[in-house]
Amino acid sequence: MSDGAEPLAARLSGIFKSYGAVPANRGASLDVAAGEIHALVGENGAGKSTLMRMLAGLFPPDAGRIEVNGRDVTGWSTADAIRAGVSMVHQHFMLIPTLTVAENVILGREPMRGWSLDMAKALIEVRTVAEESGFRVNVHERVRDLSVGEAQRVEILKALFRGARILILDEPTAVLSPPEVQELWRVLRSLRESGGTIVLITHKLDEVMAVSDHVTVMRHGETVATMLTTETTPAAIARAMVGRDVDLVMVSSARRAPPLPSRPSRAVPGGAAPLARSPLPAAEGASRRRPTATASLTPLLVQSLTVKGPRRERRVTDVSLSIAPGEILGIAGVEGNGQTELVEAIAGLRAVASGRIALGDRDITTLDVRRRAALGLAHIPEDRQRRGLVLDYSVADNLILGRQASFAHRPAGRLDRRRILANARDCLARFDIRPADPALPARALSGGNQQKVIIAREMGGDFSVLLASQPTRGVDVGAVEFIHAQLRAARDAGKAILLVSAELAEILALADRVAVMYRGRIVGLMPRDEASVETIGPLMTGAQDAAAVPA
Amino acid sequence: MTALAIRERAEEALLPPLVALLIALVAGDLLILSVGQSPASVFALMLQGTWGNAYGFGQVLYKTTTLICTGLCVSVGLRAGLFNIGGEGQLAAGGFAAALVGLALPATTPSLIAVALCVLAAIAAGGVAGWVPGVLRARFGAHEVITTIMLNFITLAALNWAISTRLRVPETLHTRDVHAGALARLSELVPAFHGSAANVSLLIALAAAALTGWYLFRTRGGYDLRAVGLQPEAAEYGGVRVGSVWIRALTMSGALAGLGGINFVLGYKHYYEDGFATGYGFLGIAVALVGRNHPGGVVLASLFFATLSQGGLAINAVVPRQMVDVLQGVVIIAVAASVPEVRRVLRIGRRRSAEA
Repeated sequence: MSDGAEPLAARLSGIFKSYGAVPANRGASLDVAAGEIHALVGENGAGKSTLMRMLAGLFPPDAGRIEVNGRDVTGWSTADAIRAGVSMVHQHFMLIPTLTVAENVILGREPMRGWSLDMAKALIEVRTVAEESGFRVNVHERVRDLSVGEAQRVEILKALFRGARILILDEPTAVLSPPEVQELWRVLRSLRESGGTIVLITHKLDEVMAVSDHVTVMRHGETVATMLTTETTPAAIARAMVGRDVDLVMVSSARRAPPLPSRPSRAVPGGAAPLARSPLPAAEGASRRRPTATASLTPLLVQSLTVKGPRRERRVTDVSLSIAPGEILGIAGVEGNGQTELVEAIAGLRAVASGRIALGDRDITTLDVRRRAALGLAHIPEDRQRRGLVLDYSVADNLILGRQASFAHRPAGRLDRRRILANARDCLARFDIRPADPALPARALSGGNQQKVIIAREMGGDFSVLLASQPTRGVDVGAVEFIHAQLRAARDAGKAILLVSAELAEILALADRVAVMYRGRIVGLMPRDEASVETIGPLMTGAQDAAAVPA
Repeated sequence: MTALAIRERAEEALLPPLVALLIALVAGDLLILSVGQSPASVFALMLQGTWGNAYGFGQVLYKTTTLICTGLCVSVGLRAGLFNIGGEGQLAAGGFAAALVGLALPATTPSLIAVALCVLAAIAAGGVAGWVPGVLRARFGAHEVITTIMLNFITLAALNWAISTRLRVPETLHTRDVHAGALARLSELVPAFHGSAANVSLLIALAAAALTGWYLFRTRGGYDLRAVGLQPEAAEYGGVRVGSVWIRALTMSGALAGLGGINFVLGYKHYYEDGFATGYGFLGIAVALVGRNHPGGVVLASLFFATLSQGGLAINAVVPRQMVDVLQGVVIIAVAASVPEVRRVLRIGRRRSAEA
């Protein structure tokens, strides 16, 4: 990589790509040197994934030139790309759960002996590749029994087995716990040592600072900056991403957290935390009204809740919690440890096996979704594209989802178009949703604006308890700022908020109390002052099996 | 909405069926050439026999009427994400119920009351035939494709039994004439239609299409129904009880097919005849497909398929009648294949941009 004459591992120049009338790339470019970890950052919809999918051969660019190792490969196929050693690890894993690790890795390139599969040889080959790249994984284990982090390692292993020299990772840390992120960084660094080239698509600035050599910033389909990571700061990258100064305090700082060092630290211990260690001092939280013991009634009370999955297995076991007015209870944990089921049970979307849920003085355990909502329960669901929005409905129609009954006339149920439109215009303006066109299908909006539609709908009206599940997942820095401000404002207005997030930094930035979920149980509950990456991280992975603490 | 968005929508609604029509036209040319005739003269003959004279056009309108009902039936199901293949049985049940009520009423019953009762009976019978698979789906998770197909056999066999053992006029497979509840032919309003089977059921079917459109796109019930069809999880999140929407949608769907029964029974023959529904149920699927599950589209597609069907009779002398069946098949395949493809090409931009 130090040899100046050596061609770049990948060079994309003047790339244009439109989907229909929507431009995704407008003259984007990217130079990746051989043997480096190159971070590609930008807001959602900036065109990062599109650009990298063209490098991986998923589709050709409309215009522009793609070179790999100095060879013009514009418009090649995925088969060509794999043959040339370019592999992309997608956000959604493409593994077969019932097969073992080794079987998944060799899929499509099975070592054969005559007409039959040479499993012995396959095992040796897979083990060799795993050892060379420093993977810790049991090749005999079935993929369905693996954790998300392990499954991701299998994906990378699969790419390496196919001879990948240039590895593209699309937001790989979205589903990982802090220790798993550290493990991923270790693997990526060891790949770099052995001459591999890695492009890391991300929008988390601390990841950029932690592992990358160079960082390229994209905005609106164009490349706006390429920087040496050692010579830049998170603030500078954020500015390039959004095209203006971003108030990192809103995004990152934990209230009541001790002031952080005034210089950005490059090695971030808690890797998954976006901007967690930004150099800005903590916001002043002392004047904010604190939850008090004299608060009249507990807005949300959950007692010994157990929820079962489709095969009668326990997904949530004996969870108890309560939230006071004006309090945010944060639930930390690696995804898939019962958070989804807990929130859906409270919202009425999932049957309760045993236990009790109360909203104020009302027992809502057996009420349906609509009645719970009518009692003041708002819900920002974790999967906005599947649950939170009807993507083919207009923004205006999405803004009444869950309240459609109150926009209809009796007895025939004719919808009041005028009021629906007025409601939409009001929400679009108050929550700055762009484009401000109520007739546009929700599908046409960017991730951040889709989330704002949901926030506007759930928080724009009257509510006493809010379930906020992964409220900032996959949204850009500007929207994170906005959503956090909304949550804080609701808390300060006396609402009770249950915040579930896979981002520890988000929990630490917003929560008044932090609970940790592991395998369906609450394994730790502490006030914000005692919570940190160091205390929560081990609980998230079950390393430290504290007794369940009743709320 | 911007002009661009309106253009996009229009393209998406109109382009796929037009592409399919073009493919069918080319295939039709080849077919006609293969039997040694000139495509131009055959198509001219076809037009002359359908839209070219009042009687032929009346026959087209008659067939259109039933197709509107079975097409709406399939469309309402699909809007809720359910594939109702039971249109034929539901249509037959509707016609049978209308005939039964008509036979039971004294011939002196005031016409308006008799018609209303017969029409309601047709709607109710079709509705029940649709409600059953709805409940089976919502309560037991039985897939509606299986249950509606099976209910077709059950319904048709039961009606055949009732006719052949109890209700028929000897030597036939139809009931006695229904005197109460008979509907006027269109020829009484427009004399040129004389002799054709077109009757005021057409107006009832058009009203049903308008009402269906209003329900789907203007009411809370339709909002819930379409949400369930598009994204059941989001509907559930929005407080919609998915199971009851399934039941409601299939009941409505069956009721619309049942309504179609009056066209033959009350409007045309004035008796129930075994097998009158044959083919209409399945053609209803094609109508819904070409009509893009929109009531307006369903009306247009019904007119198109009715024209093809009637045109087949008109060209019988020069080419085999089966050619039109083949052509119908080609249209259906062309639409099935080209609608997703053309839509994909049109939509790819929006979808991908939402993902990126």
